[in-house]
Amino acid sequence: MKYFYLVWSNLRRRKLRSLLTVLSILVAFMLFGYLSAIRQGFNQGVSVAGANRLVVRHKVSLIQLLPESYQARMERIPGVNSAVHATWFGGVYQKPSNFFAQMPVQPEQYLDMYPEYVLPAEQRAAWLATRSGAIAGKVLADRFGWKIGDRIPINATIWFKKDGGATWEFDLVGIYTGAEKNTDTSGFFFRYDFFEETRQRGSGLVGWYTVRISDPAHAAETAAAIDKEFANSPAETKTEPEGAFIQGFANQVGNIGQIMMSIVAAVFFTILLVAGNTMAYSVRERTNELAVLKAMGFSDHKVLGLVLGESMLLTCLGGGLGLVLAWLLISLGDPTRGSLPVFFFPVREMIIGVGLVLGMGLIAGILPALRAQHLQIADALRR
Amino acid sequence: MMSGLIAWFTQVAAVTRFNLLTLPQRVGSSVSAIFGITGVVAVMVGVLSIAQGILHTMQSSASPLNAIVLRSGANTEMMSGLDGESVKIIAQAPGIARNEKGALASPELFVILNLPKRSTGTEANVPLRGVRENAVTVRDAFRISSGRMFEWGTNEAIVGRGASLEFSGLELGSSVPVGSEKWPVVGIFDAAGGLAESEIWVDAAVLQPAFRRGNSYQAVYAKLESRDAFTAFKDALTADPKLNVKPLREAEYYDSQATTLYNLITGLGTLIAVIMGLGATFGALNTMYTSVAARGREIATLRALGFRTVPVILSVLFESLLLALIGGIIGAGLAWWAFDGFRAATLNWASFSQIAFAFEVTPALLVQGITFALLIGLVGGLLPAIRAARQPVATALREL
Repeated sequence: MKYFYLVWSNLRRRKLRSLLTVLSILVAFMLFGYLSAIRQGFNQGVSVAGANRLVVRHKVSLIQLLPESYQARMERIPGVNSAVHATWFGGVYQKPSNFFAQMPVQPEQYLDMYPEYVLPAEQRAAWLATRSGAIAGKVLADRFGWKIGDRIPINATIWFKKDGGATWEFDLVGIYTGAEKNTDTSGFFFRYDFFEETRQRGSGLVGWYTVRISDPAHAAETAAAIDKEFANSPAETKTEPEGAFIQGFANQVGNIGQIMMSIVAAVFFTILLVAGNTMAYSVRERTNELAVLKAMGFSDHKVLGLVLGESMLLTCLGGGLGLVLAWLLISLGDPTRGSLPVFFFPVREMIIGVGLVLGMGLIAGILPALRAQHLQIADALRR
Repeated sequence: MMSGLIAWFTQVAAVTRFNLLTLPQRVGSSVSAIFGITGVVAVMVGVLSIAQGILHTMQSSASPLNAIVLRSGANTEMMSGLDGESVKIIAQAPGIARNEKGALASPELFVILNLPKRSTGTEANVPLRGVRENAVTVRDAFRISSGRMFEWGTNEAIVGRGASLEFSGLELGSSVPVGSEKWPVVGIFDAAGGLAESEIWVDAAVLQPAFRRGNSYQAVYAKLESRDAFTAFKDALTADPKLNVKPLREAEYYDSQATTLYNLITGLGTLIAVIMGLGATFGALNTMYTSVAARGREIATLRALGFRTVPVILSVLFESLLLALIGGIIGAGLAWWAFDGFRAATLNWASFSQIAFAFEVTPALLVQGITFALLIGLVGGLLPAIRAARQPVATALREL
């Protein structure tokens, strides 16, 4: 620690250069932090999926509907605790770009299936008592400034009303929050019985089922049993763990996400190299002084430590500030204003970030430091 | 006056030449500045070429003469639905071009099929279109590139070029699994790079029972007599009390399909480029400050000899712009080499189906990338240049 002042003074000598280097490292780590939050937003759900939940959809594709009667049949299959269904409503609130998911569900069963959606007891009671009632997630309600008691008109694009009308009106009776910070609270749920009696066509058909199983260790067997139950029927099913189902969507976005991440990695590398070169340069510039230090009796190891310490200090300053800044920016909210279901700085990425900072300090400093260590006093002083 | 101007230019040229001649002494820092700018430009052009590719796919899908009719309220084919009766009425609307077989109106079904992606093996929503004879007539760009057209009334399928490249099991001679059936692929088709190339096509009469659609369709594509005929066509359809439909020009429809994805990628790409650009600017500033500092004495000597401030500033700026230009050209070239024509597929949320496309590095993108590089060079060179010109001659000469 007693050499800290020496290292610090070296950095302060060319204030502007040190500042610029710190800033460029800061930018790289800020970008890293911000993009990990965006990626988390895209991939969310996979990590929160219940291990004891399966999703059952039509075998051909998700847009094919399944009979409502499957619910009872599934619940009779050994290993299945309960089954709930949901349907994609696909309506438009005010304008198409205000995209969010709306789904008719059976209120009680659905909330029981998803305990991570936390709804206060009186709001739950209100939903059970109001046929046209709906609940919205906190992120969604904040996005449009909705309050309990608001009447929310949604224009149908798929499901028209019996009278041919397109505008469905829902009474917002509850706002649910997430039990965990990575719970998706961007959804909008309304009552299936209201949906069933109001829709023009498709009576008795639902989109997909979520099934709770008693033993996650036997998920594969239970899934196979469900698919077997409906094999050779007009609506065959495909059952998979909830995590796999959600991952499927992330995979559909596909190589774009992968391309983005590899591009960012390349750029990250670029900035690090540029900053590393600057540090090497500033050490080269001081060859003379390092020789003087050695002549004064500093050991080779101490000189190595001094140079390495300087590079570590520089990267820790830049990287640390960058990560903090990324965290601050992320807590300001997501750039798409609510299109990403979750937006936060994942702890895992934070730790990776800190590791990268240390690694970069080491890599950028090690060559100049080794050079300083092996410096011959007589040669260096003559330069 | 004239001689003054000439002397001024001579000064600029002399200092600049002197700067550039000493460049080899500063290889390390110059190369790192170039490298930083190369990275920024390559990334920026690369990401924007994704958005460009998607936009191109959408735009080349549209024909100026064509219109598409959806159920009113529906924004995509997927959500739309038209019964057989409505389809007949639409085909009789004024403004539709005709040939010897009748009106050029093509009623079509649009569903998705879960098939594995070639690159990852994971399932994707591949669009499947049920068509009638007129589908080929209304799409000018449609061409069978290998194999043959399917036989009407059979369960044969043809596959777009993009879909055949991106999803497994869609080569000529293989068969598409639809529920418990297998539909043989007998042809591969081109559509001038348009959206249709992401699709599988089969006879609508086969698709309707397979997806239990009765006699209904989802959209009608129509070729109009002229561009101006659209107004009459639209008015006739919207005024008809038996119909509840929304006619759109094709260009308008495909634009609305691409907007979200295009904006998302362009926004993200620009954001990354700006942040990266900031980082590269710091790098360039560092390089130029180093470069100016290394030549402090030389510059001071020149000024002591009577060289003016502006030529000194210009020469430093010129050096940084040159480095930026080199970086920009390498970066743009790299992006062009690595990304132009690169094929990928992604989920378009607007249609809930996959769109296969090729990255497109356009000349405009290259220019945009190099301009951005020059901007970084300008900002990175300006402050060091001013410092070089401002430093008192006496101090600079005494340095080191």
